[in-house]
Amino acid sequence: MSKQYETVIGLEVHVELATKTKIFCGCSTAFGGAPNTHTCPVCTGMPGSLPVLNKQVVEYAMAVGLATNCEINQFCKFDRKNYFYPDNPQNYQISQLYLPICHDGGIEIETAAGKKVIGIHEIHMEEDAGKLIHDEWDDCTLVDYNRSGVPLIEIVSEPDMRSAEEVIAYLDKLRLIVQYLGASDCKLQEGSMRADVNLSVREVGAEKFGTRTEMKNLNSFKAIARAIEGERARQIELLEEGRAVVQETRRWDDNKEYSYPMRSKEDAHDYRYFPDPDLVPVVISDEWLQAVKDRQPELRTEKLERYRKEFDIPQYDAEILTGAKKMADLFEETTALCGKPKKVSNWLMGETLRLLKEEGAEPDALAFSPEHLAKLIELTDAGTINQTVAKEVFEKIFREDIDPERYVEEHGLRMVSDEGLLRAVVEQVIAANPQSVADYRGGKDRVLGFLVGQTMKQMKGKANPGAVNQLLRELL
Amino acid sequence: MANLISDETIEYVGILAKLELSEEEKEQAKQDIGRMLDYVDKLNELDTSGVEPMSHIFPVHNVFRDDVVTNGDDRDNLLKNAPKVKDGSWQVPKTVE
Amino acid sequence: MEIMEMTALELGWKIRKREVSVREAVQESLDRIHVLEGTLNSFVTLDPERALARADEVQKGIDDGTLTAPLAGVPVAVKDNICTKGLRTTCSSKILYNFVPPYQAEAVDRLYAAGGVIIGKTNMDEFAMGSTTETSAFGPTKNPWNPEHVPGGSSGGSCAAVASCEVPYALGSDTGGSIRQPGSFCGVTGLKPTYGTVSRYGLVAYGSSLDQIGPIAKDISDCAAVLETIASYDKKDSTSVKRESYDFTSALIDDVKGMKIGIPSDYLSAGLDEEVKGAVLRAAEVLKQKGAIVEEFPLSLVEYAIPAYYVIACAEASSNLARFDGVKYGYRAPEYEGLHSMYKKSRSEGFGEEVKRRIMLGSFVLSSGYYDAYYLKALRTKALIKQSFDRAFARYDVILGPVAPMTAPRLGESLSDPLQMYLGDIYTISVNLAGLPAVSVPCGLDRKGLPIGVQLIGDCFQEKKIIRAAYAYEQARGSWQAPELAAAQMQEDRQAQSQTVAQTGEAKGQRGGDGHVKTI
Repeated sequence: MSKQYETVIGLEVHVELATKTKIFCGCSTAFGGAPNTHTCPVCTGMPGSLPVLNKQVVEYAMAVGLATNCEINQFCKFDRKNYFYPDNPQNYQISQLYLPICHDGGIEIETAAGKKVIGIHEIHMEEDAGKLIHDEWDDCTLVDYNRSGVPLIEIVSEPDMRSAEEVIAYLDKLRLIVQYLGASDCKLQEGSMRADVNLSVREVGAEKFGTRTEMKNLNSFKAIARAIEGERARQIELLEEGRAVVQETRRWDDNKEYSYPMRSKEDAHDYRYFPDPDLVPVVISDEWLQAVKDRQPELRTEKLERYRKEFDIPQYDAEILTGAKKMADLFEETTALCGKPKKVSNWLMGETLRLLKEEGAEPDALAFSPEHLAKLIELTDAGTINQTVAKEVFEKIFREDIDPERYVEEHGLRMVSDEGLLRAVVEQVIAANPQSVADYRGGKDRVLGFLVGQTMKQMKGKANPGAVNQLLRELL
Repeated sequence: MANLISDETIEYVGILAKLELSEEEKEQAKQDIGRMLDYVDKLNELDTSGVEPMSHIFPVHNVFRDDVVTNGDDRDNLLKNAPKVKDGSWQVPKTVE
Repeated sequence: MEIMEMTALELGWKIRKREVSVREAVQESLDRIHVLEGTLNSFVTLDPERALARADEVQKGIDDGTLTAPLAGVPVAVKDNICTKGLRTTCSSKILYNFVPPYQAEAVDRLYAAGGVIIGKTNMDEFAMGSTTETSAFGPTKNPWNPEHVPGGSSGGSCAAVASCEVPYALGSDTGGSIRQPGSFCGVTGLKPTYGTVSRYGLVAYGSSLDQIGPIAKDISDCAAVLETIASYDKKDSTSVKRESYDFTSALIDDVKGMKIGIPSDYLSAGLDEEVKGAVLRAAEVLKQKGAIVEEFPLSLVEYAIPAYYVIACAEASSNLARFDGVKYGYRAPEYEGLHSMYKKSRSEGFGEEVKRRIMLGSFVLSSGYYDAYYLKALRTKALIKQSFDRAFARYDVILGPVAPMTAPRLGESLSDPLQMYLGDIYTISVNLAGLPAVSVPCGLDRKGLPIGVQLIGDCFQEKKIIRAAYAYEQARGSWQAPELAAAQMQEDRQAQSQTVAQTGEAKGQRGGDGHVKTI
């Protein structure tokens, strides 16, 4: 390759908002559920039905806009985007084109190359589509409208990113902000956060942007990174061959690591947007805007600062803990219950991260309750269980969110400190390991550890390790 | 007729509106739309510069719902009118190739 | 007087006084429908069994004092674009030929709560697109004054049903004159309320920013009473307006002294039939005699209303009617190859010509490159039209004019030239663009014996002023006149019936259970 190319990337990120109900009707947004059991005349496009806007959607959109330094359009409207597809029951999507709720913001990202601001062109509110399930048996498609009408915000960035690394940093930052706001859980796998990648290439130094393509169907950070590399390579190859890039929407196939054009001639790409006559404008007063500002939860920087002041934990720990909203929440809630920040932090930084890594899961997937972790810490501190048992119990909490108190009782895991009982076991161990005993008496101190281990083993890990140590020394 | 509607335009509008017209209907549609547009062009006599487009007659705004679940499972009723149903879902010709 | 020749309020009063039972009233309505339907075709779907069962239920409510509303027990017909739970709602279109809504329109719900008994669903122009009720997939409705003429449209079925005394009152919908024009052609009173007064929830949308449901009855008193029943602030309709008052009947006062009435001189110019003009001006004179101040004034912009209307209504319709695609309900073509073919075939076979024409025009004006020139231009024109009405209402309480340039045309005369048909909406359409209330009141017959209507237009939320003017006019005009045709047919039938009863002993009142679901 003789020429040097630069990749220009802009993202359209769809985030499903964490409302209880859909954007225009009182149907539940809960995940799962048998097909079409969360539907009504409105979200199945029945004739004569009418949409009524969920206020919480506007508040979440405003919150995200404020947290990403956007201007808020204090007069905004909904428009209809017209296109035929069965996942869209009205054959138009209610969205915002002409006056979106937020515009002209940006967030700072940090990569190996340093800090950089990625501009946000606009954020608009819209409704999600239903799910199409392809039925191999009958060679047809089944339509499930449970997701139809779930509220989305679409965050449209400026074409400010130049590499997959920047894209991932931007997405990470955006996800953290939205999660901190409680506006969405932002799970890529479940589709509550989705990114479409607009990508073009140009020769380094060129002023004009190249022709861009839009890639859809990217459901993990890894897929996004691969798609960017793949599409960059495809476009450069076209240009090198003297051919043109066609402006089109392409579907990324992560298995084949290649993108394919998505639309047929039946799609005219002419959405005939016009203001939805069934909905009235949203007018955001200064008071309302201020109220939302006042309610904005603490974001990461503020949280870090507070942790530094309030809790006696290392800066490194604080950064890891605040790196995921779920971790920070667990930390704060557990600490509030037991009042031992250092111990809580240890459990989260140690065992929790270890187990997450083992399972290849993200902190968002954490499902145990702070009450149970707090109880575990209490049990350990009170000497009811020893550290070995505590780790075993924690794993149970991590996986099944069991109540540690009950679990310890039911499985008889209380720490044994009863001297009579321990003495009997220690005597057995001494009797069974004459060689080790001889070694110890011969001055090999470290053999003591082995004997402690043997005793613990006999006691199924429940013995009080301090007491065992003392007894062994005494009896030897 | 000042507005001449081409075959391509009629074809294009057919794709947008998902309507399939016979050759005869297409000719008729070209005529009808052309004549209507000629008539609509009358609006150009009006100076509307500086006039805000009026979508809603009344300045009603901020009509909201509270975020409270009000609907239960009404699937069977909603599916009653479906031309084709399978497994509690509307059935359509396959959407992927 | 025959039960069905009474006004809705008169009948309601008799029912409350136990002089007429609800079942009697409903059976009488079904009997008349049975006799007249063959000629008129006012109904698309009838529901005799449910109506009779409902009659008994309402009677119980009246007897135990839970139903006291003035319209309790009075039969009503509902235009077929207003959703009725469990009762087929087709919009007179093949594409919805079998659609049975699992939900109910708010306006119908309110009629129910007031003890209304729904007899059936009335014929209309397909999706309310038309001015003659000839675009119905179930065949045209005929004018009860002369079945060779159209009843007007799009609420032609509702107006013909009321005019022929098949039902005492009906609901219609008005997007560009669809209540007032057929009201005028059929010699009944039809009121289009201020936009946002009656909930649109459950009204199958044509032009969402223009559509309103309204009452059709023999006189203005009935219309006021029905409006009072169906008007509401509805949280299910975001465009519903919270009004200060939902009282309309208190405006039924025979007093127009000092009321300022303006007649747009632009409404009286070329194109207006001389007989219609004469009747309308005579109606104005009546009000003047009663003490109103009547004068002509230039309204301006009248000729721009139609093009602006067709751009806005068709644009909205092209999107509103996209949902009829063979996927969720209604008609799906029997044969197709793949998804897009299914869409195209179902829609092309399911929609009639006029509907397709408007969808295509609407899709075109919204398409890339034309939105500003057509759609935004039309919305700007709408703003100017609203301003010119604002200026007029600064000077006048009521605007008086014709409803339509002529009386009901003969069947088959209008559809050949759509543009010509659209021009017939010139006096009604601007009212929808400006969201105003207006009523059409019968004011005489032409030489052919066809009814003429006078239109009274009020400023937004000023229904009471037009109701008052209409009431005062009616008091001078005399009570409502029934078409002779219907009366004659009923007479004939009664004679035949009494012979049958004499011969077979079969009592009257067992009919109406036949042919109640029309097929295409």
